[in-house]
Amino acid sequence: MQTVMAFVVGALYAAGLYLMMRRSIFKLIIGLALLSHGSNLFLFLMGYLTRGGPPITPPEAVRPVAPFADPLPQALILTAIVIGFGVQAFAVVLIRRAHETLGTDDLDKMQSTDVD
Amino acid sequence: MTSLILSTATTYLLPLLLLLSVYLLLHGHDVPGGGFVGGVVAAAAFALYAIAHGVEEARRVLHTHPRTLIGLGLLTALLSGVIAFVSNEPFLKGLWTTVTLPVEWKLGTPTLFDVGVYLVVVGVTLMIIFSVAED
Amino acid sequence: MKVLLLLPLLIPLLTAIISLLVWDRRLQRIFGVIGMAGLLGSAVGLLRTVCKEGIQAVQVGGWPAPFGITLVADVFAAIMVVMAGLMGLAVMVYSLTSMDKRRESFGYYPLTHIMLMGVCGSFLTGDIFNLYVWFEVMLIASFVLTELGSEKAQLEGAIKYVTLNLVSSALFLTAVGVLYGMVGTLNMADLANQLAKVKPSGLVTTASMLFFLAFGIKAAVFPLFFWLPASYHTPPVSVSAIFAALLTKVGVYALIRVFSLLFTGQTAATHGLILAVAGLTMATGVLGAVAQNDFRRLLSFHIVSQIGYMIMGLGLFTPLGLAGSIFHIVHNMLAKTNLFLISGVVHRVKGTYQLSSLGGLSRSSPGLAILFLVSAFSLAGMPPLSGFWSKLILVQAGLQAREYTIVAVALVVSLLTLYSMTKIWNEVFWKTDPAEGEQEPAKTDSFGEAESSLALLAPIVVIGCLIVSIGLAAQPVFALFEKAAHQLMNPAEYIRAVLGELP
Repeated sequence: MQTVMAFVVGALYAAGLYLMMRRSIFKLIIGLALLSHGSNLFLFLMGYLTRGGPPITPPEAVRPVAPFADPLPQALILTAIVIGFGVQAFAVVLIRRAHETLGTDDLDKMQSTDVD
Repeated sequence: MTSLILSTATTYLLPLLLLLSVYLLLHGHDVPGGGFVGGVVAAAAFALYAIAHGVEEARRVLHTHPRTLIGLGLLTALLSGVIAFVSNEPFLKGLWTTVTLPVEWKLGTPTLFDVGVYLVVVGVTLMIIFSVAED
Repeated sequence: MKVLLLLPLLIPLLTAIISLLVWDRRLQRIFGVIGMAGLLGSAVGLLRTVCKEGIQAVQVGGWPAPFGITLVADVFAAIMVVMAGLMGLAVMVYSLTSMDKRRESFGYYPLTHIMLMGVCGSFLTGDIFNLYVWFEVMLIASFVLTELGSEKAQLEGAIKYVTLNLVSSALFLTAVGVLYGMVGTLNMADLANQLAKVKPSGLVTTASMLFFLAFGIKAAVFPLFFWLPASYHTPPVSVSAIFAALLTKVGVYALIRVFSLLFTGQTAATHGLILAVAGLTMATGVLGAVAQNDFRRLLSFHIVSQIGYMIMGLGLFTPLGLAGSIFHIVHNMLAKTNLFLISGVVHRVKGTYQLSSLGGLSRSSPGLAILFLVSAFSLAGMPPLSGFWSKLILVQAGLQAREYTIVAVALVVSLLTLYSMTKIWNEVFWKTDPAEGEQEPAKTDSFGEAESSLALLAPIVVIGCLIVSIGLAAQPVFALFEKAAHQLMNPAEYIRAVLGELP
């Protein structure tokens, strides 16, 4: 499973980067979303996969029954997902405004700030 | 877009969804739920209302500007941290007390923090949805 | 005094909350200035405490380190928080008259406070994932600030800025994942302990390079800086100024923190790379600047160039080098912010940033010309201003470490900086105004002219005085930076402050 997930992470990164290289601003945002999903999944995998062992301590016990899943990466990606949600919502509004104001979705036509 | 079915349904769905969101908010400490999920459900309820009745109407039903909700939410979250601080505990430490309503209910500063998260999420989400819908 | 560690975070938050709730421009301005002054005051208090009583740490929520989130302030972090407060206050006073009503009503003030909170949080946190969260707080606020007003150029700049920073965040998160998978902790002090036990392996190097890429994009170092000159000149000048003062410096801070605390096992490879990148950053930045013909774009390229000096000290990795880096960060925050603020005044008087259509300001406003000269000469490193001492220390550190190439690059770049500063001087202040005789552009603001120029010039004058006084009283200031560098080079004290006495 770990190996399969590793390939999934790789595919997400590759797809994200590929889409970011395209000229369409819309694909850029999709690419960014995939990239951040890729890193979220990667972070999740770093706690290693444990099936059917929630990290919940039974009453009158000191620690959960082994084997239990590492709860920390889950908490981390939850935070990262929430942040990603906010940033992507902003990015969608931004490209919408940009598309309306600039009248194009072609990144190659957005070079006026790179030259005098 | 005006649909009689949708607009009639949302009139009844809005209070139900808001109730569900409060349920999720209060149950969030040890079962799935919490401030974020509750806030998203509440925001979705208002978004649905905006789809059915228009953004103006949804703003009117909300009674207040989304940014006020953000401010209130941040204030609540800040308060939950300061309560622990003024009672000589580390900042943001969870303090718990049991309230005996008809049912016994554990109330604590993390609940208050969750309420803050709920308000901020509703505020931010609605701010984005309204501004996109109004453009 | 644990509360002092929390105040730099709580004051901006509270000010932002008040600005959100009252939503009245006049009150937001008043609270904005009060809030920034409060931030500066608490930061100075923190610095004094840290100097007197050593490194301070707070376990937020009462969860003991390394399990909870720790806030830590060593001398370096405290200095940075003081600078953030100072720059925040200066820019806030400046924006009282320079910010237009429309942007104010879209939430300029609360966003600035939230950004300041993110900046201070990044300086004070002792947890690597928490650092990511503070980065995002700062970035989201800065995204909205770049885009605020939705002008054409702003939107274009914002797309580049947002994209590159999101990529950097994804890399940062991946790097955190690698570290966590390797040693199973996120507390920076604990990480330092655990990483010292791990045998140098490809994985450690991978993690360190991912961090270098992530922070390098934010700090705008050599191959990763292209977003900066493409976006920093598009928003209003007070936004440009606060970005120039703080955001890239947060990246530099994170680089210094991570490469002095965590990745010190293979200094020959990692710090050698940093040194090479430092040289390239200086050179490319200044060469880019020489070719520019827009006041603010020229200054944006100089930000890049000066970042090179800041990480040069890190690359040398000697106490003197790090002290030079910190000195240069402080000096550059002052000088660069001041130059941006001056460019805003020039724009206000003449209505343009194009060097070719400016001129004659040395006769019409000699005071401004002197203020510009102070900052510009300081940036170029003329004695006795602050920039001279920071570059002198860096060069001395380079000579001690026998890194003659980087010293040569630093000196040549200094000359080129002087050249491009004199170019601004010639074009903006010295040559005759090409539009002489034509009508002055109309000025629109809500305040009277006298008040407006006072609020605009007061921050510039104060920062100018600071630049001169740091230059004249370099010794006591340098002693402070040396102390900060000493703490960075000996992380044992930092680790002890966070984790307590280890068995």
